Amino acid sequence: MSLFRHRRLVDRLGRGLCGLATLLALVPLVSVLVWLVSHGARGLSFALFTELPKPFGEVGGGVGQALLGTGIMVGVALLLSMPLGILAGIALAEGGKSRFVQIVRFVADVLAGAPSIAVGVFVYTAVVMPMHGFSAFAGALALAVLMLPTITRSTEELLRLVPIHLREAGLALGLPAWRVTLSVTLKSALPGVATGIMLAVARAAGETAPLLFTAFGSQYWAWNLSEPMAALPLQIFTLASSPFEAWHQQAWAAALVLVTLVLLANLGARFVTRRARGGMAL
Amino acid sequence: MMELEPAIAGPVRPIGSRSTPAPLPFPPERPRSSAKMSTDDLRAWFGTQEVLKGVTLALAERQVTAIIGPSGCGKSTFLRCLNRMHETVPGARAQGRVWLGEQDIYTVDPVVTRRRVGMVFQKPTPFPFLSIRDNVLAGLTLNRERPKHAHAVVEQALQQVGLWDEVKDRLDRPGTSLSGGQQQRLCIARALAVAPEVLLMDEPCSALDPIATARIEELIHELAGRYTMVIVTHNMQQAARVAHVTAFFYMGQLVESGATEQLFTNPKDPRTEDYLTGRFG
Ligand SMILES: Nc1ncnc2c1ncn2[C@@H]1O[C@H](COP(=O)(O)OP(=O)(O)OP(=O)(O)O)[C@@H](O)[C@H]1O
Ligand SMILES: [Mg+2]
Repeated sequence: MSLFRHRRLVDRLGRGLCGLATLLALVPLVSVLVWLVSHGARGLSFALFTELPKPFGEVGGGVGQALLGTGIMVGVALLLSMPLGILAGIALAEGGKSRFVQIVRFVADVLAGAPSIAVGVFVYTAVVMPMHGFSAFAGALALAVLMLPTITRSTEELLRLVPIHLREAGLALGLPAWRVTLSVTLKSALPGVATGIMLAVARAAGETAPLLFTAFGSQYWAWNLSEPMAALPLQIFTLASSPFEAWHQQAWAAALVLVTLVLLANLGARFVTRRARGGMAL
Repeated sequence: MMELEPAIAGPVRPIGSRSTPAPLPFPPERPRSSAKMSTDDLRAWFGTQEVLKGVTLALAERQVTAIIGPSGCGKSTFLRCLNRMHETVPGARAQGRVWLGEQDIYTVDPVVTRRRVGMVFQKPTPFPFLSIRDNVLAGLTLNRERPKHAHAVVEQALQQVGLWDEVKDRLDRPGTSLSGGQQQRLCIARALAVAPEVLLMDEPCSALDPIATARIEELIHELAGRYTMVIVTHNMQQAARVAHVTAFFYMGQLVESGATEQLFTNPKDPRTEDYLTGRFG
């Protein structure tokens, strides 16, 4: 009887500590959000999304070109890194211990640890200098390099989580091995892989350092990948480091938009995962 | 992976024309030509550990062969050599000959063999991302084949395993939404949908309750007239109930095989008798 009471006590203590830790972990997240909303909400307007920045002295204006730039560059970065990242993830998960796989793993590890500013410098020397100018393509490339290890490693881990017996069931049906990898293993892991990609997107959308000397930023609408292009984090940096109060206000509002976008990307990832698992018995 | 003995010339040789006649594993009244599959000195390794030490066994056409033996004696390995699943394990390899009809399966693409020799695993393995219907069709559709009469294929396969009436109103629910016994029958239906000639089952009932087990045993009985079947089981009553022929494996070797009733009532080898009477294993 006393053993039972002891266990119950330990159980309650454990639960209490877990709850406390959760609350503590939530403090920074919630305070950032509250802070952002309280400072940024006032600056929100339709023009913020649709208009170009105005020179100092004029009222209004927005960060429309930066939103567009972030969308374009993250999109291009995704197109570049997703196929490569998924393929590399498959190689890591199913390639066994071959030399090629070891090299891929090493590269992915190094890339994952590389500071984003270093990636920016690398793309600057490799693309911007030979092409004699900043460009959206260079920016997208830098973002792609940053997304690649995230996608690769998350794909690998999720493929490894797929039970071997599903793979064997596919093989035993007479499906070729590569078909099993695509249609059974990858398919089973797809919700998780999609989550990994969304997280990579969310991270890339908020990166500033690698864009500083690749995409550079711009105060105009830009569609062309060979020209400098604005991005939301860059724009926030410019606005926030200016001496003007009105621009600070815009920086807060833009930051609120950026954080909301990143949050939406994360929520989207969760939604995709949930739906794919929807009818599945656990 | 497979090392072929160079001693016998030609990749494809009819069973009857082999130079050294294998010992007849069947009772004399069963003619040799009724074998659908047969192995000839089949050896298998995991790394350096030899787990099958030269098994020569014939599997009678449209009959049920049960494989029994203590845990770890190589029953699963033997089964997995019959559709070349053994070699999919890293470091695993096999040697010897496995005849399917008149073809040595180790001389053709494993994908071809696996379509002719289906397999059902111990644990039900429906694909969780596919509906009941699509699970049945998986062997075809995941291979980008579009069966002309998909619905007929689904209905026929599910009828064969006695699942049709239970699931016909919810074919679009996930395969994993079924009970364990239903899932196992779904997996048998999935294996049958690619029209195999041989069906291998590795302890297909060991994860099921007695009623689901009885259902599967009944099913094996019904399918026996149409398919050549091999079933690995730890349950000797089950072997006695479903199998025409039973083979006893011990430490990687085939000790003896014969008509089930004869093997159970009058085993020739003392090791078989010890196993049957529960003295080891
Ligand atoms: N994946 C593996 N890697 C290495 N060794 C293995 C592997 N699978 C099986 N073995 C070894 O091969 C031998 C035969 O195994 P097998 O699975 O064929 O036995 P079994 O007769 O099916 O046993 P059980 O009745 O327990 O299923 C065993 O000694 C086992 O340790
Ligand atoms: Mg086994």
